[in-house]
Amino acid sequence: MVNTIFFYTFAFLTLVGAVLTITRRNAVYSAISLIVSLCGVAGLYLLQSAEFLFAVQIILYVGGVMVLFLFVIMLVNLDEAARQPQFNGQWLIALVCTLGVGGELAYFIMKGGTDFELAKVPDMVPSAGNTERIADVLFSQYLLPFEVASVMLLVAIVGSVIMAKRRF
Amino acid sequence: MLHPITAVHYLALSAALLLIGTVGVLVRRNIVIILMSIELILNGVNINLIAFSKYFHNVIGQIFAIFVITVAVAEAAVGLGILIALFRNRKTVVADEVNLLKW
Repeated sequence: MVNTIFFYTFAFLTLVGAVLTITRRNAVYSAISLIVSLCGVAGLYLLQSAEFLFAVQIILYVGGVMVLFLFVIMLVNLDEAARQPQFNGQWLIALVCTLGVGGELAYFIMKGGTDFELAKVPDMVPSAGNTERIADVLFSQYLLPFEVASVMLLVAIVGSVIMAKRRF
Repeated sequence: MLHPITAVHYLALSAALLLIGTVGVLVRRNIVIILMSIELILNGVNINLIAFSKYFHNVIGQIFAIFVITVAVAEAAVGLGILIALFRNRKTVVADEVNLLKW
C-alpha cells in the first residue's frame, strides 16, 4: 500500500515536471521543472530497489547535467529567444507521431500485460548488495563496453572543450 | 481501489515520458529545451530498463541503464558545446533560424 502511494507520488512529480519542461517560456523554469522530473525518476529507481542508480541519478543528473544546463542558460542570452514564439507550429506532425507511437505502445503494453504475465505482483526480494551485484557484472561480463564508454566520455570531453573554444 | 504496482505501471509511465519528450523535440524552437526533451526521452528508456530488471530479477538491466546515462551525459556535454559555438557565431538559439544547410 505504501508502495502504491509512493509510486503515484513519484509518477505525478515525473509527469508534471516533464510537461512543465516542454511548455515553459523561460528556459530557467524549464530547467527547474526538469530537475523536479529527474528527482521523481530517482524516486522510482529507489522503489524498484535500484539503489545504485538512484544515487547515480541524483549525483550525475541533478548535480551534474542540470548544473551544466543552467550554466549554458546563463552563458547564452535567452532573453530574445523568450520573446519570440516558442513553438514552431509542427503540431500536426507531433500529433501524428504521438498518436502513432502511443497507440502502438499502449497496444503492446496491454497485450504484454496479459501474455507475459507482466501484470502479476512482483515478489519482494531483498535488495541488499545491489551495488556489489552491479559491480560484479559490470567488471566481469561487461568490461569491454565499460572501457568503450570511458573512451567515449574522453572523446566527449575533448569535443565539447574544442567546440566551446573561442578560436578553432 | 488502489491496485498493487506491477511492471505494467512502470511501462506505461515510461511510454508517457517518452511521448512527452518526443513532443518537446518536435514542437519547441529553443535548442536548450530540445536538449532537455532528449534527456526526458532517455529517462523514459531508463525507467523501462529498470522495470524489466526488477521483473526478471536480473541486474543487467541496471548495467544498461548506466550505459544509457553515460551516453546521455556525453550527448548533453557535446550538444551544449555546439550550442555555445552556434551562439557565438550566429547570435541565436532558435532552431528555425539555423537554416544554412536547409535546401
